[in-house]
Amino acid sequence: MKFAVIVFPGSNCDVDMYHAIKDELGEEVEYVWHDTDSLDGYDGILLPGGFSYGDYLRTGAIARFSKVMKEVIKAAEAGKPVLGVCNGFQILLEAGLLPGAMKRNESLSFICKPVELKVANNETMFSNAYEADQTITIPVAHGEGNYYCDEETLANLKANNQIVFTYEKNPNGSLEDIAGIMNERGNVLGMMPHPERAVDVLLGSADGLKIFQSIVKTWREAHVVKA
Amino acid sequence: MYKVKVYVTLRESVLDPQGKAVTNSLNALNYNEVTDVRIGKYMELKIEKSDRDIHEVINEVCSKLLANPVIEDYRYEVEECVAQ
Repeated sequence: MKFAVIVFPGSNCDVDMYHAIKDELGEEVEYVWHDTDSLDGYDGILLPGGFSYGDYLRTGAIARFSKVMKEVIKAAEAGKPVLGVCNGFQILLEAGLLPGAMKRNESLSFICKPVELKVANNETMFSNAYEADQTITIPVAHGEGNYYCDEETLANLKANNQIVFTYEKNPNGSLEDIAGIMNERGNVLGMMPHPERAVDVLLGSADGLKIFQSIVKTWREAHVVKA
Repeated sequence: MYKVKVYVTLRESVLDPQGKAVTNSLNALNYNEVTDVRIGKYMELKIEKSDRDIHEVINEVCSKLLANPVIEDYRYEVEECVAQ
């Protein structure tokens, strides 16, 4: 399976993401610059964390109009797995690939620490390697992770089981402890915690690796002919 | 040429964490008559006259980029000015 790590001016978790895929997951991966006009040949799209375009105006607001985002939307429409982490999640929200928006953390502080998450839905292409309701530890690092959506959107998220990860102890004030949601189709996931920073026990936790393993497992089941 | 002043704030229904902190801070300074603060953004745009209705153009740029309609409202003022 071949992954693309999209790099915007101001991305700063792209190298961690690349390392997680190449060295820990053992799959193919390439950096893709934001002005690329094709994502053909990539099976999975990763939007890393950082401060794309300096977070000017709003987090993700400028990045969503970059050339590559048209291709990311195309890939999502084609059913390819798209994962946005932290700033990547914020970009997916601004692009309308996921519903809702991000506000400043309730505390107004930048929060950078490992947090406990609950796997709220383990029947997705991003979480099928976890047990149901499993508690995992993955670090967060953000100033704007206070997820918000209106009541109708929240009801839809719940009805379609689109809430994939929730915080055990809410660090930022996000609605319903939401840490990660997917689209209705189930192939676009956005999450504030950084799974790429939790891929080896040497880093404090290897709990994030299963997200990438879930993606690969689902892809293999669909694309690799059984011998 | 138009000079357009755009004000973007969080919607009334959305809790503003910054505004709440500033309200508390003002109350701590004994300005108890201050009951609410909403913090927003102020932007000045210069827009050239064209065939298109100026209000249509402003509403488009506001809803597309300057404000996020999921959580933000905007209002604006338009002044005609001489191009420099």
